[in-house]
Amino acid sequence: MFNTKKRRNDMIECLNLSKKFGHFTAVNDLTFTANKGQVLGFLGPNGAGKSTTMKMITGFLEPTAGQVKVCGVDINDDPITVKQKIGYLPEGAPSYGEMEVGQFLYFIANLRNIQPALIKPAVESVVSRVNLEKVYYQKIETLSKGFKRRVGLAQAIIHDPEVLIMDEPTDGLDPNQKHQVRELITNMSQDKTIILSTHILEEVQAVCDRAIIIAGGEIVADNSPTEMEKMSRYHHAVSFVSDLDTELLNKIKQMDCVLDVDYDSRLKETTVYPTQGLFIFDEISEFLRKESIQVKSLKMEAGRLDEVFRNITETAGEREVVK
Amino acid sequence: MSAISSIIKRELQSYFATPIAYVFIVIFLIMSGVFGFYFGNLYERGQADLTPFFNFHPWLYLFLVPAVAMRLWSEERNSGNIELLMTLPVNKMDWVMGKFFAAWIFIGLALLLTFPMIISINYLGNPDNGLIIASYFGSFLLAGGFLAIGSCISAATKNQVIAFILTVVVCFLFLLSGFPMVLNFFKVFMPQVLVDAIASTSFLTHFDSITKGVLNLGDIVYFGLVITLWLYATSLVIDMKKAD
Repeated sequence: MFNTKKRRNDMIECLNLSKKFGHFTAVNDLTFTANKGQVLGFLGPNGAGKSTTMKMITGFLEPTAGQVKVCGVDINDDPITVKQKIGYLPEGAPSYGEMEVGQFLYFIANLRNIQPALIKPAVESVVSRVNLEKVYYQKIETLSKGFKRRVGLAQAIIHDPEVLIMDEPTDGLDPNQKHQVRELITNMSQDKTIILSTHILEEVQAVCDRAIIIAGGEIVADNSPTEMEKMSRYHHAVSFVSDLDTELLNKIKQMDCVLDVDYDSRLKETTVYPTQGLFIFDEISEFLRKESIQVKSLKMEAGRLDEVFRNITETAGEREVVK
Repeated sequence: MSAISSIIKRELQSYFATPIAYVFIVIFLIMSGVFGFYFGNLYERGQADLTPFFNFHPWLYLFLVPAVAMRLWSEERNSGNIELLMTLPVNKMDWVMGKFFAAWIFIGLALLLTFPMIISINYLGNPDNGLIIASYFGSFLLAGGFLAIGSCISAATKNQVIAFILTVVVCFLFLLSGFPMVLNFFKVFMPQVLVDAIASTSFLTHFDSITKGVLNLGDIVYFGLVITLWLYATSLVIDMKKAD
């Protein structure tokens, strides 16, 4: 009983996945599982192995070693069934430029084995969900980058897949388009398993409930974005804008709960780092009131993912060199 | 089967959505006419047949078929589309065959449009129409052979120019191996069996025998085999090269 339940939830299983190109190891012994309802973000520097991993899950590349299972089916045993369950937006959202948007979606729907009677409703529903009505009769090569990306997204979700894999879905989009795509992802996330790769850390916070950081082909962190923020020294740090002199700064620095203080003289912003996860907001605001310092915008930070990201991936890079 | 027909339909649409189709068909018709009438002396021979017209087909195809074949796969690889194609729930061989058949149908269409030739020659005399039909069939098979070679080479490179040149060269070798000049050279130091073996790999030998009206199964099987093997090779090359 437990086993079947477990299997139903583990939508994507990667076991000891490796990919070598000649002597170069792109992905090294990667193991993770993703459950239904999860939005999983792949983070990592360029060339870290994110895309290669996605290409192996979608069946485009065969792993050198290891196993990929999607919805309990080994991709080696039955690639067609697995591909049927996956929607995939490759990097750069390739498509046929000389085709009209509608033509292209009908073509994909046909190849996705959607029943003939259901093709028209499927195309219509995806066109309205991704807002492609305006460009329906336009050739794809004449579209702007944002629309091209949306066409790519439309072809990936046209068959309502259980698993959705997107390689940099918002790359090159303007802020409004990014927002739309993220909203779309969030709306779909309930009954699907979604993996997306990105460079944009705010995106991870916005849509992902789990982030895997890959560097040098290996997983170096696997946690929820909120947990990752806690690894940042900015976690619970308090910052405020005010004119401070060195004496006051030193006073703050000498408080027990304070690890360090930074002062940005250009922005006149002071950042106070707490000792190991301590909650210091009250202490600091109390202190400022006592010293009657005029303060603008006193705020507590949740943590900075980019800092965590840099720390983790840079040390991983060094480790690679040492090897 | 439905996947293949979807692919064929899309490919054909794409030929006609771009100038490729029109340029190809017009050039093909002009060239085949020029070759047949001027260089082949169709009139001056005073014989009611299309032999001069068909004799030039191998040389016409040598340049025109690679021009169609070069884009089959290298364009998909270059645009990154191949990643999309290979992750759809469709067998690789369906793609290979769908794309090949679409291109073959397209060339067949161009070939059909030379029908005024048949009308003219029937107007001028009493040709052996059975022979003409057999010759058209042979010509179509020959185009298929070239196309299959081109498909494989196109899968091996992202660069269409390289695909074109290499395909012309390989097709030329396949034609050349049946040329008397080449065969005479081999005859000097090779036993007749081996010379025959070389001759039998040639497109020209089989094409000639069909256009002479000798429609034997061997020639058809030969082209069928050549096409099958090169298409299978295409699917292997796609696997080898898709990651680059």
